[in-house]
Amino acid sequence: MKHLLGTEDLSYANAIRILDTAEEMAAVGEREVKKLPALRGRTVVNLFFEDSTRTRISFEAAAKRLSADVINFAAKGSSVSKGESLKDTAQTLAAMGADAVVIRHWASGAPHRLAATDWIDAAVINAGDGTHEHPTQALLDAFTMRRHWSRLAGSPSAGADLKGMRVAIAGDVLHSRVARSNVWLLRTLGAEVTLVAPPTLLPVGVEEWPCTVSYDLDETLARGVDAMMMLRVQGERMNASFFPSTREYSRRWGFDDNRLRALDSLGLKDTIIMHPGPMNRGLEISSAAADSPRSTVLAQVRNGVSIRMAALYLLLSGDTREPATPTAAYSKESH
Amino acid sequence: MASQQQDTGSTGAYLIRRASILGGAAEDLLIRDGVIAARGTDLSDTDATVIDAAGLVALPGMVDIHTHLREPGREDAETVETGTRAAALGGYTAVHAMANSTPVADTAGVVEQVFTLGRAAGWVDVRPVGAVTVGLAGEQLAELGAMADSRAQVRVFSDDGICVSDPVLMRRALEYVKAFDGVVAQHAQEPRLTAGAQMNEGAVSAVLGLAGWPAVAEESIIARDVLLAQHVGSRLHVCHVSTAGSVEIVRWAKSRGINVTAEVTPHHLWLTDELVRSYDPVYKVNPPLRTDEDVQALRAALADGTIDVIGTDHAPHPSEHKECEWAQAAMGMTGLETALSVVQHTMIETGLMTWADFARVTSTTPAAIGRLADQGRPLEPGEPANVTLVDPAARWTVDPSKMATMGRNSPFAGRELPGKVVATFFKGHPTVLNGELNTPYRWLPEGTDAPETSAAVQP
Amino acid sequence: MTSVPEAPVPAKVQLSRVVLNQADIDRALTRIAHEILESNKGSQDLVLLGIPRRGYPLAVRLAAKIAAADPAVDPAAIVGQLDVTMFRDDLSHQPTRPPYPTQLPSTGIDNKVVVLIDDVLYSGRTIRAALDAITDLGRPRIVRLAVLIDRGHRELPIRADHVGKNLPTSSAEKVRVRLEETDSAVSGENSGGAVNEVVIEATA
Repeated sequence: MKHLLGTEDLSYANAIRILDTAEEMAAVGEREVKKLPALRGRTVVNLFFEDSTRTRISFEAAAKRLSADVINFAAKGSSVSKGESLKDTAQTLAAMGADAVVIRHWASGAPHRLAATDWIDAAVINAGDGTHEHPTQALLDAFTMRRHWSRLAGSPSAGADLKGMRVAIAGDVLHSRVARSNVWLLRTLGAEVTLVAPPTLLPVGVEEWPCTVSYDLDETLARGVDAMMMLRVQGERMNASFFPSTREYSRRWGFDDNRLRALDSLGLKDTIIMHPGPMNRGLEISSAAADSPRSTVLAQVRNGVSIRMAALYLLLSGDTREPATPTAAYSKESH
Repeated sequence: MASQQQDTGSTGAYLIRRASILGGAAEDLLIRDGVIAARGTDLSDTDATVIDAAGLVALPGMVDIHTHLREPGREDAETVETGTRAAALGGYTAVHAMANSTPVADTAGVVEQVFTLGRAAGWVDVRPVGAVTVGLAGEQLAELGAMADSRAQVRVFSDDGICVSDPVLMRRALEYVKAFDGVVAQHAQEPRLTAGAQMNEGAVSAVLGLAGWPAVAEESIIARDVLLAQHVGSRLHVCHVSTAGSVEIVRWAKSRGINVTAEVTPHHLWLTDELVRSYDPVYKVNPPLRTDEDVQALRAALADGTIDVIGTDHAPHPSEHKECEWAQAAMGMTGLETALSVVQHTMIETGLMTWADFARVTSTTPAAIGRLADQGRPLEPGEPANVTLVDPAARWTVDPSKMATMGRNSPFAGRELPGKVVATFFKGHPTVLNGELNTPYRWLPEGTDAPETSAAVQP
Repeated sequence: MTSVPEAPVPAKVQLSRVVLNQADIDRALTRIAHEILESNKGSQDLVLLGIPRRGYPLAVRLAAKIAAADPAVDPAAIVGQLDVTMFRDDLSHQPTRPPYPTQLPSTGIDNKVVVLIDDVLYSGRTIRAALDAITDLGRPRIVRLAVLIDRGHRELPIRADHVGKNLPTSSAEKVRVRLEETDSAVSGENSGGAVNEVVIEATA
């Protein structure tokens, strides 16, 4: 594995490997000396074109626990104001000796361009690109779900997958890289996924995705879920007519106190509530739900560091330098 | 082979031997003083340069109804000189240069400037396209009449790059150009439905997280425009048709006798949105690459005449506008030097079209739409000698760094394509010989009595 | 410890030879168990940490033998597993390996007498990594080393306290330890079945 760009093409074997390695990394976090020398001498650059203190800190903590050196690069420039080009930024980092580049970018596909071109030689980890993928988020979500699922089954998590687990993901799927990465990874790990959203927030073509689609959150809960993941919804979307008002959105698709109670009355005593954060309390999730014992929000954050340690270790520690090969793009068009 | 320098006005004599005329029987063509002097077998002419064309196909010089020469204003991307060199190498003898330059070609002054640059370059006949609205802003009609009367003799008007979306403005434009036998060429793209769009809206865009450009945004405009054209009794040209639905609408309109012509690009006849999975901006274009279903419908439509012409929409960009994130990248692909090969690969080698059909869609019909009296003519004695010689058996690998266009953004880079232009004759002078640039045509000074000083309008 | 992979040496046709069979291994482990008790003057504060993969099953067997000799000992309570992957000094020259779990006994290792257990002692680098790993986990009072095979060729100043068998080898040879807990028979009438043996392998 040279890069971690997404979960769509992450094999079952590699996904389990990352999750299992993360279990060991989690153990490090419980020791007095929370450090391993495995990446000593390596340099990890956090290249963030989009503001995200939480994810950046999580990657920074992960790299430092593996004794790597961390450089933070908050790139200037956005879709509105053009800063230094991606190519120049990347080549500057290569000249500084980056072994890995953790990149978060507002444009879908930016990490793929970095990995595909010869601008840098480093391993590329996608920390979120546009509305495309956020693989470490999906992995930490799966890690959290796996620990829960294995505990219910009474078996150790190491080596386990999510076969048979019913996962519902509700929110702005259209604009969510977390939703996409989760759908692909959960499918790979054998879970059954249901996407719940208003029709305006589901992409054209979602019918072909490996999951069920529903417009009705209550009906989805009634059919039974083991994990309920709420996605962040931006209130400003109502200005582009994706939904009429935040009130109507919450009422129909928000995980409010009624739905929290419904989990109890439906007998779903083990169902967990998940959220990638940051949360809009009162919009897509009520405070009571966010703070309930069912909520795994804080565990997800903790697990984020372990997963990112696993990703950095698996990409960087070994002799993984393969020659870069351009992706063959001609396979699927007309002849 | 030494360059064939041309004396001003006279163009020397060339005897093309045993060329397959329009893919048919092999005959000789004698070119002298800018016209086809004779056509037949075993012609002879003692002072003509002989060109052995055995195995080659002779076609009327190609006419591009849609190209971007970028000058004035974007000379970092292309100039009239480099763009027309590319055109000549691609087998073209005339190109319509779109109006989205800087400044916009919305006045007689700018179109005459482009016209003069074309004359000075001398590689092809540059026909400037006039903008429909001032500054392409879509608010006020440009001085279409002044552009029509200028030395550039504009007949094709387009805001290409931008849609004339205001229905009232489109109606007025369609009506107004009737006064001088002009045609409005619409870039069909409903702006609100495509705000921020990056690629075709479909299964691929859903997975890639790129904002979608739905087919309905093109189809709804074409549907409206054909009805407007019918209502006001005007002719309409639709640029770069890209969807199966658009094909259906054009077919329906023609069946009702509406005077509409439609154009398709070579890349839309071959490439699909699956290529975007690589996020390589070389595949970013407007209108976007669509699905295989659309590609097949476009091929069938070109073959059966629903789509009338090939337009390259040649759109060169400097490399920094393509070597970046997809969302930042400019839209456009180069096409002048690959058009013939791509059409041969997708239409002729698949048996959908013959070389005679090729001549119709790349020369005769585009010349008719643009009202070019001296282009797209039959290869008969007395006709202007705009002739292209093609070797259909040749194979070549596309290398953008070796192209005449400044743009390196060809989506066919690295591919092996069939068919190579061996020679291009423009007004009887070879601009391309042995597959390489020769010398440009030197126009007579203006004012001297020659048909070159004004483009005669076809009846 | 499995042998360090080396470039193939041409044209040496030596057959594999078994240098320790099941009974030999058992006798060696019995002796090591008694030596451990002797050095420690009893079983107080003993912790056996096996280094994956084969060090761990050996540690489990040693714990059982120690418990047989001293009934006060609960064998499960003194055994642990110490993964050293993250502390290796050759990480960047090998393909990445995912780590094995590290499991310490519930009483921890602080102030304990930790005996590291491994199958083969060769360059000594694995044990160096193990010492670093231990430092991050706690502070034992004493650390000792017990190995089934010492095949020489040390590259660091590391010495085993308890050795099952000293095996002089050439660096072109490979030493293979097969234990029924981790391996199955490669060939012969027992193929696929349980096996306990130490083999010096031919290079051909």
